[in-house]
Amino acid sequence: MTAETILQMSDIVKTFPGVRALDGVDLDVRKGEVHCLLGQNGAGKSTLIKVLSGAHQPDSGTITWQGERVRLNTPMAAMNQGIATIYQELDLVDGLSVAENIYLGHELAAAGFSRHGDTERAAGRLLERLGHPEISPQQEVGKLPAAGQQIVSMARALSHDVQLIVMDEPSAVLDQEEVGRLFSVIRDLTADDIAVIYISHRLEEIREIGDRVTVLKDGRTVATGLSAPDTPTSELIREMTGRDVEYAFPERGMTAEDAPVVLDVAGLSSPGDFTDVDLRVRRGEIVGLAGLVGSGRSEILETIYGARKAGSGSVTVDGRRIRPGSVAAAVNAGVGLCPEERKTQGLLLDEAIYRNVSLATLGRFARGGFLRRGDERAQAEQHVRALDVRPADVERTAGTLSGGNQQKIVLARWLLRECRVLLLDEPTRGVDVGARSELYALVRRLADEGVAVVLVSSEIPEVLGLADRVLVLSEGHVVHEGQADDIDEHQVLDLVMEGSAA
Amino acid sequence: MSEQTPVPQATTSPADEHRRVESVEGAPRGSAFGRFMSSSAGRNVGLVVALLVLCVVGAATTGQLFVDVDNAMTILRYASVIGVVAIGMTFVVTGGGFDLSVGAIVALASIWSTTVATQTMAQDFHWIVMVFTAIAVGAGCGLVNGVLIAYGKMAPFIATLAMMAAARGLAEMISDKRTQLVDVQGFGDFFSGDFLGLPVLVWIFAVVCAVAWVLLNRTTFGRRTIAVGGNATAARLAGIAVNRHTVLLYVLVGVACGIAAVMLTARTSTGSAQHGLLYELDAIAMVVIGGTLLGGGRGTIVGTIFGVLIFSTLTNVFTLNNLDTSTQAVAKGAIIVIAVLLQQRVAARSDTS
Ligand SMILES: Nc1ncnc2c1ncn2[C@@H]1O[C@H](COP(=O)(O)OP(=O)(O)OP(=O)(O)O)[C@@H](O)[C@H]1O
Ligand SMILES: [Mg+2]
Repeated sequence: MTAETILQMSDIVKTFPGVRALDGVDLDVRKGEVHCLLGQNGAGKSTLIKVLSGAHQPDSGTITWQGERVRLNTPMAAMNQGIATIYQELDLVDGLSVAENIYLGHELAAAGFSRHGDTERAAGRLLERLGHPEISPQQEVGKLPAAGQQIVSMARALSHDVQLIVMDEPSAVLDQEEVGRLFSVIRDLTADDIAVIYISHRLEEIREIGDRVTVLKDGRTVATGLSAPDTPTSELIREMTGRDVEYAFPERGMTAEDAPVVLDVAGLSSPGDFTDVDLRVRRGEIVGLAGLVGSGRSEILETIYGARKAGSGSVTVDGRRIRPGSVAAAVNAGVGLCPEERKTQGLLLDEAIYRNVSLATLGRFARGGFLRRGDERAQAEQHVRALDVRPADVERTAGTLSGGNQQKIVLARWLLRECRVLLLDEPTRGVDVGARSELYALVRRLADEGVAVVLVSSEIPEVLGLADRVLVLSEGHVVHEGQADDIDEHQVLDLVMEGSAA
Repeated sequence: MSEQTPVPQATTSPADEHRRVESVEGAPRGSAFGRFMSSSAGRNVGLVVALLVLCVVGAATTGQLFVDVDNAMTILRYASVIGVVAIGMTFVVTGGGFDLSVGAIVALASIWSTTVATQTMAQDFHWIVMVFTAIAVGAGCGLVNGVLIAYGKMAPFIATLAMMAAARGLAEMISDKRTQLVDVQGFGDFFSGDFLGLPVLVWIFAVVCAVAWVLLNRTTFGRRTIAVGGNATAARLAGIAVNRHTVLLYVLVGVACGIAAVMLTARTSTGSAQHGLLYELDAIAMVVIGGTLLGGGRGTIVGTIFGVLIFSTLTNVFTLNNLDTSTQAVAKGAIIVIAVLLQQRVAARSDTS
């Protein structure tokens, strides 16, 4: 079957003040294929799909859809053509129910009255089709975990009569098991001849699910029509970055057995989230927490940080117990948390980058309460450069950066702080391959300088590759603790499954 | 003086972004003029133009009555008192809050301080005691507001609405609903006097503005205020004591009310439970017209100063034209709506050009 081309975007140009986000991009997508978009942070992937979804208007270029030239002036226009988009940052209305979110904007109604029962039944059917009958249509969306919200977005896309679904980094908020489920949904869709544009920074995923790959670099198409399963990783990375990047984890340091314990967590419990967690991190050590989303990993970090009240247990830093439930106490003791949700927990989107970076360190740049802004800016700039944030202009507002670059800003904040204990919650979410290896090296360097690091990541290889020691969590219990070298990905997954089966 | 509000703000949320993009993309792409108008300097230019237009209208409709040094001083004296309140309000609003009780606090502080003055009767009573009393009363009310909001988790609207009722009620109780004449030696002389050709009240306002500008734009306090208003969760996770900061913001506006109470008491030579009536609405209007974002995360002192001047001049022009208060209220309401609509236009244009 030679699939016909369903979408053809040619020579798309889109500029923002001071940035040429898209500079002549071509993209063609065939019926029923999974077309992967690859590119570094800020390459223009999200911008391209926003043009496709009618959220942005291109400055020039043409879009041919099912053989006809179209103008997509609004998101509704794109929807009506059968193009649905799941954005990188979820855009659901927290206070509404699952069913209401799915049908938002095209409510099932009779004479202006919404048909409640019908809506909920239809929503239920969509969720079932997606393999998630356990999500109730009546549930409030804000109370769902990230993965559940992702499914709701997907159901919303399917609630229209679609020919093409665009997914911008859908796997960033999912753990491995859920990615598996997402893939089976995608396979069902493509079996129905629906095309999918799939964006991800995880090359393994692209190999598994993709058919063809288009690579963007600095707003240009640099390669197109590559075979997703067969193109060597090194070639993909070279296309993306324009150089050869070693995709490897840094050498582990030697954490001496007798190095002093910096962070000592004993018997920490929080009813409903996790029970009886013991965690000791020595000077210079990286300890990884592996587990599924919902296994209590983030909650543990937030409790250590004092952002949540513990039910019982203690947190000790450098031998001094810190007052539970107080962020200020934790911060004073030298603890830093790089939170999971950059938009809601991390960034001031309207503020300049350097102000975002210095937020946790304001005191250092102040004399008698007055800020020395030159200093502040210079130091922020240094860290922004080190993490290769693009564009590296610290006066820009954080909201104009691409997703991965925003993540780097949050990270830079904690690098600047020079903590004794650094808690990293999904630090590489949405960060591109090149920057990832730099980031790993940076975390290792911090550890070598004596910082105690706790790392949470949904990507098990990342935890195993970067950490010295791992704790495997399942449903709020520690089910395994040991050296990262002594365990592999499959064993971790088995442990996680066993734990949740038990 | 260039304002440190970060230039064109970014999108607030992706959903938001799409909506906005949708509505504005059709408009012609940002001309140089459009870009300038949406920068912080440009926004202030817009305010200057508005003020000038008002002055022209005033001169055209009332002639010599308006174009008169004495009248200018009247406007400035009036502007100074409410201006101090508006400056305080700028901080609370920037920090994501709201204060409906400012007018009532002004009344209570004025009554309390004049009561102290009349009851002491001591020969050596110094007016500075009145000043301290008023400020302490204001700070106390602000403290209650702040604690209720930050630790009691009450909505600012509710907590300050309660304070608005309670403070004015208390003022009426203390004063027995009577206006209290102030006859403290030196008080009137000091506050009603002139210094270098300008009323002392105006000088006080100027000093408050200068201090506030520095506080908002050059100190950790100001930066934290913007952070707390812009994203409270992020601020908390960055180690900022959000609750304590919120309390401080309400105390700060309370102090501003205390200062304004002293100024008002001096300007009218009386303490009254009717002082500061509807100040909350005027102050909020001035802040919003100036360009501070309701909901928090962006604030501008220079903008507020223009908001104060525009609003005060407007009131003056209305009064000189013998408009009754009801008509004035309607006109003011309309002007607030127009001002905010214009501002949103400008802000939206800068987002997507
Ligand atoms: N609203 C905006 N205003 C100004 N610049 C923007 C805006 N949106 C995106 N940009 C810029 O356009 C470029 C492309 O951004 P885009 O979000 O498309 O990147 P991306 O490829 O999706 O990256 P990531 O992998 O990090 O998500 C970036 O340099 C970004 O800073
Ligand atoms: Mg993106």
